[in-house]
Amino acid sequence: MYLIKTLMKCIREFKKPAILTMVIVFFEVILEVIIPFVVADLVSKIEGECGLGTIAKYGAVLIVLATLSLTCGAFAGKFCATASCGFARNLRKDMFDKIQTYSFENIDKFQSSSLVTRLTTDITNVQMSFMMLIRTAIRSPFMLIFSFIMGFVMGGKIALVFLAVIPILFFGLIIIARKAMPLFRKVFRKYDNLNNSIQENIKGMRVVKSFVREDYEKEKFDKAASDVCKDFTKAERILAWNNPIMQVCLNIIMVVILSFGSKVVITSLGSTMNVGQMSALLTYGFQILMSLMMISMIYVMLTMSIESAERVVEVLNENSSLTNPPHPIYEVKNGSIDFDNVSFRYGQSKMILNDINLHINSGETIGILGGTGSAKTTLIQLISRLYDVTSGEVKVGGVNVKNYDLDTLRNEVSVVLQKNILFSGSIIDNLRWGKKDATMDEMVSVCKLAQAHEFINAFPDKYNTHIEQGGTNVSGGQKQRLCIARALLKNPKIIIFDDSTSAVDTKTDALIRKGLKEYIPETTKIIIAQRVASVEDADRIIVMNNGQIVGIGNHEELMKNNEIYREVYESQNRVGDTNA
Amino acid sequence: MRRPMRAKKGTIKRVLKYLFKFFPVLLTITIICIIINAVVSTMPSIFMQRVLEIVENNYKTGDWATVANSVIKLVTILAALYVVSLLANICFHQLLAIITQGYLKKMRELMFNHMQKLPFKYFDTHTHGDIMSYYTNDIDTLRQMISQSIPQLLISGISVISVLCIMLYFSVWLTLVVLLGVVLIFVATKIVGGRSAKYFLAQQKAIGKTEGFIEEMMNGQKVIKVFTHENEAIKDFDNINNYLFEQSEKANKYANMLMPILNNIGNVLYVVVAFVGGLLLVTHAKNLSISGMALSFSIVVPFLNMTKQFTGNINQVSNQINSVIMGMAGANRIFDLLDEEVEVDNGYVTLVNAKEVNGEIVETKERTGMWAWKHPHGDGTLTYTKLAGDVQMFDVDFGYEPNKIVLHDITLYANPGQKIAFVGATGAGKTTITNLINRFYDIADGKIRYDGININKIKKDDLRRSLGVVLQDTNLFTGTVLDNIRYGKLDATDEECIAAAKLAGADDFINKMADGYNTMLSNNGSNLSQGQRQLIAIARAAVADPPVMILDEATSSIDTRTEAIVQRGMDALMKGRTVFVIAHRLSTIRNSNVIMVLDHGRIIERGSHEKLLAEKGQYYQLYTGAFELE
Repeated sequence: MYLIKTLMKCIREFKKPAILTMVIVFFEVILEVIIPFVVADLVSKIEGECGLGTIAKYGAVLIVLATLSLTCGAFAGKFCATASCGFARNLRKDMFDKIQTYSFENIDKFQSSSLVTRLTTDITNVQMSFMMLIRTAIRSPFMLIFSFIMGFVMGGKIALVFLAVIPILFFGLIIIARKAMPLFRKVFRKYDNLNNSIQENIKGMRVVKSFVREDYEKEKFDKAASDVCKDFTKAERILAWNNPIMQVCLNIIMVVILSFGSKVVITSLGSTMNVGQMSALLTYGFQILMSLMMISMIYVMLTMSIESAERVVEVLNENSSLTNPPHPIYEVKNGSIDFDNVSFRYGQSKMILNDINLHINSGETIGILGGTGSAKTTLIQLISRLYDVTSGEVKVGGVNVKNYDLDTLRNEVSVVLQKNILFSGSIIDNLRWGKKDATMDEMVSVCKLAQAHEFINAFPDKYNTHIEQGGTNVSGGQKQRLCIARALLKNPKIIIFDDSTSAVDTKTDALIRKGLKEYIPETTKIIIAQRVASVEDADRIIVMNNGQIVGIGNHEELMKNNEIYREVYESQNRVGDTNA
Repeated sequence: MRRPMRAKKGTIKRVLKYLFKFFPVLLTITIICIIINAVVSTMPSIFMQRVLEIVENNYKTGDWATVANSVIKLVTILAALYVVSLLANICFHQLLAIITQGYLKKMRELMFNHMQKLPFKYFDTHTHGDIMSYYTNDIDTLRQMISQSIPQLLISGISVISVLCIMLYFSVWLTLVVLLGVVLIFVATKIVGGRSAKYFLAQQKAIGKTEGFIEEMMNGQKVIKVFTHENEAIKDFDNINNYLFEQSEKANKYANMLMPILNNIGNVLYVVVAFVGGLLLVTHAKNLSISGMALSFSIVVPFLNMTKQFTGNINQVSNQINSVIMGMAGANRIFDLLDEEVEVDNGYVTLVNAKEVNGEIVETKERTGMWAWKHPHGDGTLTYTKLAGDVQMFDVDFGYEPNKIVLHDITLYANPGQKIAFVGATGAGKTTITNLINRFYDIADGKIRYDGININKIKKDDLRRSLGVVLQDTNLFTGTVLDNIRYGKLDATDEECIAAAKLAGADDFINKMADGYNTMLSNNGSNLSQGQRQLIAIARAAVADPPVMILDEATSSIDTRTEAIVQRGMDALMKGRTVFVIAHRLSTIRNSNVIMVLDHGRIIERGSHEKLLAEKGQYYQLYTGAFELE
């Protein structure tokens, strides 16, 4: 119910076409039930050797009815398309908009790939179900009921055969659906695994071929494919009973109507029922069975798509774990940063950061060093409130980050992420992420600072060069420099580089740092790096290990009294003499 | 649409050919059952006509007793026929389930087996996504076609023919009226269906665009947050989303209209037949029919039902056309994959187990740990050369495309046990050289000798078996840790695998995992760190114990602290082997015997670390960090 309520909210302006569809479908059903009735009448009139005029009259009525039914059907189809596509559009929009409000924590929880599936496949499934609901789910039950009633009106007692047949078909179909569905669910998972293993094979082709494991891979695949095939066959064979059951029911109706029907017609001298009505009964019988078939299909379809609906609703109902304060502050005074007794963990996992106390002055350059898993990235992500602290306080410009307007804070604290991304579009488009209305001069100056100007100018299209999705057409070092330029364009009070020059050569790296020092001395700069050389000349260097600050000081101090720092330094400068 | 929607001639023939080849008996039974079922399903009309005839003649007397027998007899025959057709129905539906899934399985296997034999070039020139979609999208359309469209077409086709026969049997005039209606149905299908197909194509494009955008934005969601770019993203998405809405609305509109239109043409036809039938009855017009029966009321009534049946089946055909076309396009692409040319191997020098007897190399069956190249010569003699790992290249030129040479005049000598390093920018040709050594690609000019044998003469499988690789992308497979190590040597004992893991320095962390060596890895070992994955890949290469190793950027994506551990594993692995190493961090190759600096496919500097530093050339620049290696 909760599910439906949430989804219903997304129909909005398409309520009208949705309701229209249902109403029109209702009329379409009535027309389709009336037509055999009129035809039965016509047949008995023909039998009674009426004049041509009567036939023409009936013909005219019938053609009008059929035309009406056609019009209804066409309009129902049209409105249904509008309603269901519109519903899907709104769902997509609501989901996308919602995701935009997500915090990093929410994004981590869902993961990008899952969000993509939810926005695409799942929405398509929900759309299909919606389409069925407003059209077929209205049509079939009404068709069932009306045909049933008409059957009684025409055939009297003979229509009881419908009563006998309906449960057979209904329960038959339900049993089949219930038995087959869990099997299908299971086999679809296996099928996914099979496809994953194909993908694994394609991706690892160099390994497969190098180790000459083609035959081994074939064997592995054959086994998995046979397994999938066996299960699929089992499930499909259960489903294959649908049609025979349907046929049995039809056959029973046919036999009963032909035998008992003719008896009734003859014994009543055609007064209780005539031949025309007898044939109409068959039509109604057929319509009843078709409706049941459709109802069972809806049942299967809906149960199948319930998972999708749940996944969609999950996204819609997820609330951002970070919200703007009620009276936000719109100005960041300066670039000072304070960590007071800060601890942090992701969700319910164990503490990642433990009781951190750290004070950084505005304009300082801070280096952070540490192995993977030492929580360097976690630490700096608290500054621009990408995550909220578990306990303690993070202050920027002397004010708790929770009191700032989120946009203001993030515009003043610029982060160059480790896993950075350029978007498809020109270099200018990408740079303007930093500042929407940046002028060419502004862009050139930040690119010079990020040491990107030179290689950009070497491209034939210069700043208009198109960047492919994911930035695949520039090298890793170039990508990093473009990302730095983009972040600089914000002109922030604090800029954080999270291992963002790892693919840049040491010389360029040094030039970037020198530029930053000269041109934006006021800005607080935090540099996370693997290379000691990248942080060596910082005002202070923080050495992290297992979520704790184990050393803080400048290069000379750390060389003297920090073992981890010294170890890393020495491993990277084994030759010592030649490193710049 | 991204992928072509063409259906070549002969595709259907080939689909059916495979079907018959895989299931000759089952398929024949299925087809017979389908025919029985379809023909019998048209029979009731005849019985109905008979029964109605009796009823018509007798209902004025009200005497049921006299006709009861004949009616019951007719109905009994009908019921018997129904039983037969029901059995046929059950039979073919069950068989169809078996055949469809069996067919798909065999097709999958054919595709997969064929894919294993394709040359490396194929995987370089096709994206993984494109190859995958053969197994997902195309197989799915094929399933749709085999399990539904083709049987449905067969059933409808046979029904149409038998109904047509019965109709002609009863009355030619009325049949002509029905056929006129069929023409109308085809016209409507063509107009509405055609329009729908056009917009579906546009919709497909819009879907592609939307999905691309969604994917990009979801992957960049954190960047969006950092740059407070949410509103712009929403605005861009709205435009794309609205466009998709417009296209899909149009496409679905026409698709949704098709069915009611066809159904009601059926209804109108029904009325027209009733009208014409009535007209003929009233005017006592002369009937023309195969049976020679005069047109009577008992003919018109079942004829009306047949009209329904006939148009219903025609509608089914119209409905299936789209999925048949789609299935054909899918089948076509699958056949394209199956028609891809496989890797040719004219090698005849093979790798055999050997032992030394009186200073001579002799072939043996058992594993000796010593290998030799078995080289049959034109004059019928056999020579054995000990596998040593000596690789020499002479003036090798190579291009991925014939007219675009990317490697020029590569000459190098790697003696057994030597370490050769390649250094250079991305695209300089480092990986390409290693691709030539294991013959993923064949050289355009020059010569490569392995233990003195031209590698073109060596069987590719045996050549590759003598070369081990450790790559930057580890590509572990779903399975246990032990399975993954054993990948290097399928008949390795657990002890051998563990010994290899110890050599690589992976034993420690593996033992720390909950299930030790039996820990399941999935998704390329996503539960391991990059360094741990690399250690397993090293163990995998170690258990194979090849004389020559290729290490392609094996430590590039590992942080400096972990690198020290991995490097130890590497060093252990390299001992006593000929090694080709491509490295991003120059510190890892300092101790190589020879370092080759590559630039645009040429070796521009070569020599030991010390020598190259002293020369103060490109290597010196790289080493001192004046250039970036990307």
